[in-house]
Parts: sequence; structure tokens; C-alpha cells
Amino acid sequence: MLKYIGRRILLLLPVLIGVSFIVFTLMYITPGDPAAIQLGEQATETQILQLREQMGLDDPFIVQYARFARGVFTELDFGRSYRTNALVFNELLSRFPTTLTLAATGVIVAVAIGIPVGIISATKQYSLFDNAAMMFALIGVSIPNFFQGLVAILIFSVWAGWFPSSGYSTPMHMILPALTIGTSSAAMITRMTRSSMLEVIRQDYIRTARAKGQKESVVINRHALKNALIPVVTVIGLQFGYLLGGAVLTETVFSINGIGLLMVNSIKMRDLPMVQGGVLFIALTFSLVNLFVDILYGFIDPRIKAQYK
Amino acid sequence: MSPNNDNDKNKDLMDRGVKPKAKDLTGDTAVVKNYQSQTEILSHPGEVEDKDLDVKSITPPKRKSQWAEVWKRLIRNKAAIAGMIVIVILLLTAIFADFIAPYHYETQNLQNVRMAPNSDNWFGTDNFGRDIFSRVVYGSRISIQVGFIAVGVAMIVGGILGSVSGYYSGRIDNVIMRLMDVLLAIPGILLAIAIAAALGPGLVNVMIAVGIASIPRYARIVRASVLSLRDQEFVEAAKAVGANDFRIISKYILPNCMAPIIVQGTLGVAEAILAAAGLSFIGLGIQPPIPEWGAMLSTARIYLRDAWWMSIFPGLAIMFTIFGLNLLGDGLRDALDPRLKG
Repeated sequence: MLKYIGRRILLLLPVLIGVSFIVFTLMYITPGDPAAIQLGEQATETQILQLREQMGLDDPFIVQYARFARGVFTELDFGRSYRTNALVFNELLSRFPTTLTLAATGVIVAVAIGIPVGIISATKQYSLFDNAAMMFALIGVSIPNFFQGLVAILIFSVWAGWFPSSGYSTPMHMILPALTIGTSSAAMITRMTRSSMLEVIRQDYIRTARAKGQKESVVINRHALKNALIPVVTVIGLQFGYLLGGAVLTETVFSINGIGLLMVNSIKMRDLPMVQGGVLFIALTFSLVNLFVDILYGFIDPRIKAQYK
Repeated sequence: MSPNNDNDKNKDLMDRGVKPKAKDLTGDTAVVKNYQSQTEILSHPGEVEDKDLDVKSITPPKRKSQWAEVWKRLIRNKAAIAGMIVIVILLLTAIFADFIAPYHYETQNLQNVRMAPNSDNWFGTDNFGRDIFSRVVYGSRISIQVGFIAVGVAMIVGGILGSVSGYYSGRIDNVIMRLMDVLLAIPGILLAIAIAAALGPGLVNVMIAVGIASIPRYARIVRASVLSLRDQEFVEAAKAVGANDFRIISKYILPNCMAPIIVQGTLGVAEAILAAAGLSFIGLGIQPPIPEWGAMLSTARIYLRDAWWMSIFPGLAIMFTIFGLNLLGDGLRDALDPRLKG
């Protein structure tokens, strides 16, 4: 198992270096002189030239990238904000708990709805419940999160007055965002759980379990569910990653002060190190979540474990 | 049923004096024709010519193409039909926007600012007194353009990368696929945001951003399909007659792996429209006064408390479009590969 984990971590490193290269390149080609942006409109030509030299902006592209990558991978130095001069990494880290909580509560809502509905849909295929659940799931997949968020604010906050419409300071603030992002992820998880369960309950060993007189609940919970949930775990991991990426939109809708909103504001103010750091930070978290899911997969699927014994 | 069985059945029918129906004649027609001609000559010598013509008319119909079968399966699926209807309505709206919309999308009426839906303005008016119904109607043009062009870009680039990767394997495959892994390590919407941030706002840039962010998915799908077909006999045969690699990939391999590409393409248009709307919503995409639905939602958000209609109608437009495309995409998947049907 350790060999498997080691291999996965080793595979992650080149991917992360690649991500850092792409993100750096994107910011490099962004129009505008970083020195001029940092100094503001009143800066003189000489000041700009001085700062350019100080920042190493006249160096060749590859030298600049190497300096950036060394900083990121050896000292977690993502540079400094053009706007506040604060360390980008510290800024991101201070907002990370908010973004992480948002994604995590979303996933909890998604799993709490998606798995049970998916199981019932599969065991009662083509029933009224199944058809209704699948229709809702399809609608759930089709509603943009940001529109769903606006509708939720309109109904539950503006009209009913039950929840606050913006901010993220109390548990009451967390309910609407979690429900908003959770229900669309729930739709994906429901569809995946249903199709995975349907595949499993057609297998011979389920027929055997039924033939030997097991109760249906035991057949479903003990025999089918265990195997059906393996692919669902991957989807949950992916959903978690998408929610982290989608935080940019959700945080904008609910005015939540996480990494997403920080990035949107930084893009508007051309604070490139912050944007660069934000993308890299979320990609890193996304990759780590996927790594965790892969490792978890190894634990729950004995076939993978057996390969690396 | 084997051709021999068919022939036996047909002979049997004719022995009993029953004229076989065209659909029974799925076997070797030459044998049947020959057999019937002989029996007819023996029993009615004077009518040979006419009967011979009659036999010609019962030769089996041409075998239906794979696409006709797919179409038949697709139109049997009610959900897919519903999806198709939504998409057709959307396309017609986009084409005939000039005739459907009562006002131009830029026409302002500052005396009529933020009016609730009424008989003149079915979806109400926005903060500049512009008719929201007209803007939603014109918005369909933008969304369709973005959706199809972004997916087109992704399909072409992803398709080329995937084909090259799958066909040549080895080092080139490794390089391309590792690059795709890197792109996939950044959540799609975030990658699109980063690209849009670098390129700046605007319709074309949104298409490029969303298109590039979707490339890895097509590259992977095409690569997998090419890998599974590369060593098939018909490809060997094409190589043997001297076809070059480009011809083999474009004429022999790609047409055979269209099924997953079409499904992904349909669902991809939905995702592209969503991503473009998302980019415009946070101000990085299409800019006002162009009536892009996401951009309309972005402005509407500020007026959510006193003008809900400004948000609801553009939002519903996005939702129905995505819903239709998803229904059609699911239907196409079931029709193209019935084994996948859950």
C-alpha cells in the first residue's frame, strides 16, 4: 500500500510543476506592465524602470519562471500582492478555511441527498420515485450554481427573511450557500449512485445472495452498496474539487470572503500574483483531494490493494 | 438468422404457394430469384417475363445504416425528443430574433426603468428600461455562438491531439497526455477564468477560454477511441493499399469513433454555455450592453431585492437551454450505445 501511495505522490509532482508553468505563462502574457500597475498612475518612467529591474522583469521568461517555481516549491513563496504588498500565500491561507468549509458543507449536503436517493432510485427502477428523482437530478445538473444562489437568496432571504443573504460569519450564513452548491452536486452523485447500483444489482453474486434467502435490505446494504459506492467515491472527490473551483462563482453570489472572491477582486484590480497564487493554490488542493480519493480507493477496493502488495 | 435458414424458409413458403414478403427475404436473393423463376416457368410458361419483374420488386430493401438505427432509437426516447424540441426552439429564437423580439436589445426607455412584467414588457424591464424579453431573445444568439464555437475549438484541437496521441503512441503520446493531465489538474471553470483573465473580456476571448479549458476531455475521448481502433483489420487494410496516416485517421478511424465524440459534444455545448455565463457573471466574459444571459444576471444581482424579474428570466433561459442539451445528450448516449443505458 505504501508503494501505491508513494507512486501517486511521485506522479503528482510533475503535474504540479506543469500547473505552475501554465499559470505563470498565462499571467506572463497578460497585458500590462506589472511594475507600472504596482506603482500606480503617478509613477515616473525612471521609477518604473527601477522597479522592473528590481522585480527581475527584464530577465528572460524561463529565468523568471524558474525563480517563481523555486519560490513556490521550496519556500511556499507565491510572491507579494501588487496592491497590499502582503504575502500572497498568507492571504490565501487566511481565506482558505472559509472556502474549504463552503466546499465541505456543500459535499456533505450532496452526499446526504445524493446517495440515499440514488440507492432508492436504483432499487425501484422506473417507479414514480425513480422518475421524479431523475427529473430533479437533471434539473439540478442544469441550473447554474450562481442562478440557483440568486433564487435561494430571493426566496429564503429577501421574501421569507429566514436567512442572511451575504457574509459567512455564523452557521445561519452557511446554510443557503451549502444548500445551493450541495443540491447541484447531489444531482451528479444521485445519477452516479443510481447507475452504479443498477450495474451491481444485476451481478451474479447479488442473485446468489437473494437465492439463499437473504433479506432484501441485507442484500442491498451489505452486498450491493459496498461495491456500488466505489465509483461514487471518485465522483464525490471530483465534486469536491469542482466546488473548490466553483467557489469563485458561489462566493461572488453570497459575498463570502474566501479565495474565490479574493481572486475575482484581484483580477479586476490586475493584482496578478494574487490571481496566479489563487489558481495554483486551488489546483494544488484539487490535486491533493484527488490524491486522497485515489488512496482511499486503494483502501476500499481490495483489487487495487492486491496489485501493490 | 443465417442466410441458409432464410432460404429454406422462403423455399418452404413458396412450396406452400405463399408468396414470400420482402422482409422474409433477408438471405441470398440470387438463390431465391433463381428458384422462383424456375418454379414460375414450370407452372405458368406464358407469364415468365412479368413474373420475373415481380421477383425483382421483392428483392430485400437496402440494409439500414447505423445512423438510421440511432435515429430510430433516439426518436423513441421521449426525453430526448423533449430536449430536441427545446434546442430547436432555441435555434429558431436565435435565427428569428429580429422578428420575435418586440424591441432592439439596446433600446432604452428611461421612463420605464425596472418595470415588473406587464403586457408591453412580458419579462419586465431592466435598470435602463430595456425590454428583458427582447434581451433574452437576442441573448440566445450569443449563447449558441459561444457554446458551439467553444466546443468546435475544443473538438478540433482535442481531436487532433487525441488522434495523434492514440495513433502514434510512444513519446508523443506521453508528452500530449501529460500536458492534458496538467490542464485537468486545474478545475475547468478556474482554468477558463485564468485564461479569460489573461486575454481580457470579450466574446471571442470567452470562446477561446472556454474552448481551451475543454480540450483535454476531447483529447482523452478521441485518444481512447483511436487506440481501440488502431489495430483493427480495416485499418491494416487501408495501410496495405498505401493510404497515408492522415487519410487513415480522417477517413477510417475518426468516422468510427464519432459516437462518444457526439455525446460529449452535445453535453459539452451545455457546459460551455454554463462556463461562459459564469465568466460573464463575474465580469470576465461578455460585457454589457451585449445581452449575454450571464452578464444580465450579473447586473440583475444588484437589483435582486426590488426587481426579481431581472434575474429570473435570463436565469431560466440558461436553465432551459442546458436542460434541453442535457436531455438530448443523455438520449444520444443511450441511442448511440444502448449498452450504457442504465
